[in-house]
Amino acid sequence: MLVAGVDVGSLTVKAVILKDGEVAATTTLITGDDAATAARTAINEALKSLAERGVSATLDSLDYVVATGVGRKEVAFAHEVKTDVRCDAVGARHLFPSVRTVVDIGAESCKVIRLSKKGRVEDFTANDKCASGTGMFLDTLAKVIGVGVEKLGELSLKAKEPAKISSMCVVFAESEVISYIHKKTPVEDIIAGVHESISNRIFGMMNRVGIEKDVALVGGVARNVGVVRALEARAGENILVPEAPQIAGALGAALIAAKACEGGA
Amino acid sequence: MMLVAGIDIGSLTAKALILEDSKIRAYAIIPTGVDSEGTSKKVMNSALERAELSLEDLEYVVSTGYGRVIVPFANKNITEISCHAKGAVFLFPSVRTILDMGGQDCKAIRCDASGKVQNFAMNDKCAAGTGRFFEIIAETMELPLEELGGLSLEAMSAAKISSACVVFAKSEVLALLRKGVDKKNILAGINEAVALRVFALLNRVGIEKDFAITGGIAKNVGVVRKVEEKVGLKALIAEEPQIVGALGAALFAKEALEQV
Amino acid sequence: MIAHYGYADGSGEYYLIVDTDRCDGCGRCVEVCPNDILELAPDDYGKTVVRVKDEFVNSIGYICPACKRRDERCESVCEHAALSYTW
Repeated sequence: MLVAGVDVGSLTVKAVILKDGEVAATTTLITGDDAATAARTAINEALKSLAERGVSATLDSLDYVVATGVGRKEVAFAHEVKTDVRCDAVGARHLFPSVRTVVDIGAESCKVIRLSKKGRVEDFTANDKCASGTGMFLDTLAKVIGVGVEKLGELSLKAKEPAKISSMCVVFAESEVISYIHKKTPVEDIIAGVHESISNRIFGMMNRVGIEKDVALVGGVARNVGVVRALEARAGENILVPEAPQIAGALGAALIAAKACEGGA
Repeated sequence: MMLVAGIDIGSLTAKALILEDSKIRAYAIIPTGVDSEGTSKKVMNSALERAELSLEDLEYVVSTGYGRVIVPFANKNITEISCHAKGAVFLFPSVRTILDMGGQDCKAIRCDASGKVQNFAMNDKCAAGTGRFFEIIAETMELPLEELGGLSLEAMSAAKISSACVVFAKSEVLALLRKGVDKKNILAGINEAVALRVFALLNRVGIEKDFAITGGIAKNVGVVRKVEEKVGLKALIAEEPQIVGALGAALFAKEALEQV
Repeated sequence: MIAHYGYADGSGEYYLIVDTDRCDGCGRCVEVCPNDILELAPDDYGKTVVRVKDEFVNSIGYICPACKRRDERCESVCEHAALSYTW
């Protein structure tokens, strides 16, 4: 049985192919202005890497495809679409069966989902149309600081005294960061301050839905170890992070596809 | 003759206004510098110069605005919420709802016939719909800030801008420019997004006739028209909408003297 | 006066609302707040009422929703129903 999940995010498209319930191929690529084409390219790339492993398959030979993400309706070849919340929950739960709180920080959104003991979505809150608490917040401030966004995490771990950044709005935080740069505050301390600011925001959302252990962090920003540490310190909880946090939603979509297939068979 | 002053230290501009009995004698507006205390002296001196007065001639000074506590020569400080209500009702006695759109914040205020605040909500957490927002949009579109309003009125149709968040709006504007969408239509879309945002703030406090807009953005006729459409009321706008807070502060100064 | 302390952002509206006409300045809410965000202070018209301290106005959404699960909250201990919230 071959099934796929495609997660069309605002910045990247992720595709996951499952072969008999096991992850057989994954791809991540930039969404760009045309989500429909990007989704097709992503699934074709995943099929290609599947072929390299000796499993030849075409788009038509996939038994079931589930699409998710902000651009999920653009995926013409999907059999079904599911919300990000549902897919994040299924994906995170598969990776960490003990998870009750899932935090997803993506490029342009963030979500906190609370699950029941059995993994059903009990409550969730999402950040919509506001850049604070998202990858965009980090990206914008990284540019101001003059550091690549992928270096933020490691640098921040060297901070001695995190700079206090009180604004959550990117625009206002930008002015605060600039004034720290003028004051010659060490870059590591500024970055650590930025991470504290974003984790304050996420922690507030976690409080809104209620925090239940265990907590997992998924989405592209979870690759930033500085954000993970800051959020752990703020929440006073250990946070589980999968190896490839950005594909958790696509994985969830693929798992839902597999289930749909089994049900049909 | 009674001489009092109000001084409003905002995040982007500082305003000072001198009241002679119940008449505005002079006012000044300058950009707020890094040194707020220095800024407060500078803007006051500039207003005093125009009035041909010195600080000693003033019997009472009330400060307001974000930097109100750092004005060394103020006798009292009062929040900008109360000052905007007081100032707006002085200029337009029928006003009961005020929207103040400043450099870095937005306020919705409902007040009674005396200008006393009855209900207020403000947002200074987010740059959406503030002066800073329009500065960034002007920069992104390479247009002079003061031309945004007029240009938007010439739009054939409003482009769709889904968010009033500066960061998202900026990337949406860039995408629309890449597609070759007319700048006027983009501006109309921006104004629509901002109007929706401030309308939600106004609904928090409830809208009652008459309606006034104060603050620097009241000079942007494009935003004003969109807000009027949403609210369903014509907006009363002062000749110089930026000094309404300082005027209110001066009126509080006058009241303080009269109570003694 | 009805004072909305807080803000709206992309994840919702976070306002702690004080009806200063109902507030008699007893201070019970100030005492029960575990985060010490409230204070009694005279408003612009001279009445001493509860308000949210300036430094917390923009972080209400990060602090206050956690109290939803407590029995003693600023809003629940007020005998005059002067406080309410939007989350």
